[in-house]
Amino acid sequence: MSTPVVFDAATRVYPGSTTPAVDSLDLEVRAGEFLVLVGPSGCGKSTSLRMLAGLEDVTSGAIRIGERDVTHLRPKDRDIAMVFQSYALYPHLTVGENMGFALKIAGLSKAEITARVTDAAKVLDLEPYLDRKPKALSGGQRQRVAMGRAIVREPQVFLMDEPLSNLDAKLRVSTRTQIAALQRRLGITTVYVTHDQVEAMTMGDRVAVLKDGILQQVAAPLELYDKPANAFVAGFIGSPAMNLGTFRVEDGAAVIGEARVPLPRTATAALTESEVVLGFRPEALEMVAGYAPDAFAVEVLVAEELGSEAFLYGTLEGASLRDPQLVAKVAPRSVPPKGSRVHFRILPDRMHVFSPATGEALPTA
Amino acid sequence: MSRRPRGRDERSLGASVALHATLLTATAIALFPVLWVFLASIKPQNAIQSSKVTLIDHPTLENYRHVLFDTSFPTWFLNSVVVAVFTMVIGMAMSATAGYALSRFNFPGKRGLMWVFLITQMFPVAILIVPIYSIMASLNLIDTKASLVIAYCTVAVPFCTWMLRGYFDTIPRDLDEAAALDGLGPFKTFWYVILPLARPGLAVTAFYTFLTAWGEVAYAIAFILSDKKLTLGAGLQQFVPQFNPQWDLLTAGAVLIMLPASLVFYFAQRHLVAGLTAGGTKG
Repeated sequence: MSTPVVFDAATRVYPGSTTPAVDSLDLEVRAGEFLVLVGPSGCGKSTSLRMLAGLEDVTSGAIRIGERDVTHLRPKDRDIAMVFQSYALYPHLTVGENMGFALKIAGLSKAEITARVTDAAKVLDLEPYLDRKPKALSGGQRQRVAMGRAIVREPQVFLMDEPLSNLDAKLRVSTRTQIAALQRRLGITTVYVTHDQVEAMTMGDRVAVLKDGILQQVAAPLELYDKPANAFVAGFIGSPAMNLGTFRVEDGAAVIGEARVPLPRTATAALTESEVVLGFRPEALEMVAGYAPDAFAVEVLVAEELGSEAFLYGTLEGASLRDPQLVAKVAPRSVPPKGSRVHFRILPDRMHVFSPATGEALPTA
Repeated sequence: MSRRPRGRDERSLGASVALHATLLTATAIALFPVLWVFLASIKPQNAIQSSKVTLIDHPTLENYRHVLFDTSFPTWFLNSVVVAVFTMVIGMAMSATAGYALSRFNFPGKRGLMWVFLITQMFPVAILIVPIYSIMASLNLIDTKASLVIAYCTVAVPFCTWMLRGYFDTIPRDLDEAAALDGLGPFKTFWYVILPLARPGLAVTAFYTFLTAWGEVAYAIAFILSDKKLTLGAGLQQFVPQFNPQWDLLTAGAVLIMLPASLVFYFAQRHLVAGLTAGGTKG
C-alpha cells in the first residue's frame, strides 16, 4: 500500500540565479521508508522537499510518486501531507477543524471527518484540546496538531520540514522517538528534512546528505558513519565531529608531527598527490604510554568529563587539523589534566583516507 | 518619618493634576463643536441665532420633525445609504482581491500597478472632477448614483489596496502553502484562510470606504443635477444658502448624518482585535 518516491535528475534553479539550488538530484525513496534529508543550511534540502510538495517549480528533471509523474501537478493533486517548520496551523480554526480541514475541502461526510480526527487525536494525545484554538496550546501541542493534520489525510507520502526545530531540547528528543515510532506503525513513506545530524541518525531508515545542492551520499545511518563517501560527509555526520586534517605522505605513511602513520596500500596506490586527507573519529584514538612510531603528541586544552564518557580537546603538535582542536574520546574518571602532554595513535582499521583533490574516500581494504 | 521613594509607575500630585487637566482640556476642545451642533439642534429656530449665548434654551425636537417630514432629507439619506453601501461593497471586493494578488503573486506589471495606485492618490479631487465628469457624461451616467459609486471607488480603491496588501503581507505565507497542500486553490485560500485572518484590516478599510462616500460633497454636487437624487452632504448645503441660512435644519441634519457612520464604526471596531494570527506559526 505504501508508495515509493523518485527524484529523477530533479533540478531547481531560482529565477535570477545561475547556480542551481538543487542540482540534478537522483534519489529513490523506497516504499514505506523514513528517509532523512540532511545538510548544512543552504544545501538545498528544504528546496528538494518543497519540489516534492509542489511548492517549488522543478526546472528540469522529474519527480514521481509511485507510478505517477507529479513533476507539474499542483500540490493538492499529489496526495501528500506536509508538516511545516512553523506548523502553519490555521489560527482561526480549532484544533479539530485544523485537522479536519483538508477532509472537509475534499468533501468527506461530517461523520467520517469526526471519526478520522478523533482517531488521530487519540494517537497524538490531543483529545482534550480538540475545541481549542492553536494559540491556547503549548509549542509541543501545536507540533502534534501539525502532525495530526498530516495523519488524518492518510496520504501516500509524508513530508516534514524541520518539524522539531521549534521545540526545546528535551521535548525534541522525546518527540523524535514518537514521530519515528508513529511513522513505522503507519508505514507511510516519509521524507524528513533536518539540519541536525543527530536527528538524521536516530530517525532515518536511510539518510541522504546534501551539500550545495548536490547529493553527497545516501545510506543507512551506521553505514554513513562507518563508510563516509567523502570528507564532507565524514565531517558532517557524528558528534563530536570526526578529526580531519591534510598531511604529507612519505614512503606510504602520513606524517603527523613526529609520527609516521602507515597508510593502507590500496589507498596510497589510488593517491596521485604527495598529500592525503586523514579522518579519525574521537573514539578511533587510543592513548599510548610513552613512545610509539605511529603515535603523535597532543597538548590537552580542555577535558570534558560526562560521567559515562569523557572527551579531550587539545592541539596536535607539529601538524594542524581543519578544526583548530583535536577531539579524543578517553576512558572516563581517569582523564589527563589540562596542560598535560599525551600520546595518541589511530586504530588502523578505524582510519578514513580521502583524496586531497576531490575529497572522495580512498579504498582502505 | 522619611518619605517613601516614588515607585516607577507613580507620579506626584502636581504632575497628575497637570496631566489630567491637559487631557480634559484637549477632550473638551475636540468634543465642543459636536456638542455645540447637538445643543443647537434642540433649540427653537429663533434661539439658535440669538446673540445671547446659552447652552440649553427651551429644548425641543421640532427641528428634527421638520427635517424628517418637511424636507427632502429622508430621500437624500436613502440615496447616501445606497451610494455608501455600494461603494463599500464594490470597493472592498476590488481592493481586497487586488491587495491579495499584489501581496502573494508575481505578475508582469506588478510594480507599475503599485505605482499607479500610489500616484492616483496624489491628485486633488478638484483636479479630477472635470475629467471624471466628462467620462461620466460620455457614459451617460451623469445624474445617477452609479456615477458617484464609481467616482468614490477611484478614491478609495487605490488607498485600500495598499493598506490591505500591507495587512496581507503580515499573514505568514506558510498558511497559503498549508492551504495549497490541503487542497485549496488560490481563490479558496483567499476566502477560507486569508480573509478570516485579515478581519481587522478589512474592517478599517470598509469603514474608510464607507466614509469616503458618506460625507462627500464635491463629486455629488458636480454629478447630481436633480434634487431628488442628491446625497446628504450635497443636500444639506441647500439648508444654508448664502442668504437666510436655516441653521435649525442644518444642525438637526448634521446630528442625524452622524448616526449611520457611528453605526458602521461600531460594527467595524468589533473586528479591530490584535493577534488574530497568533498561534498559527511559531516565531
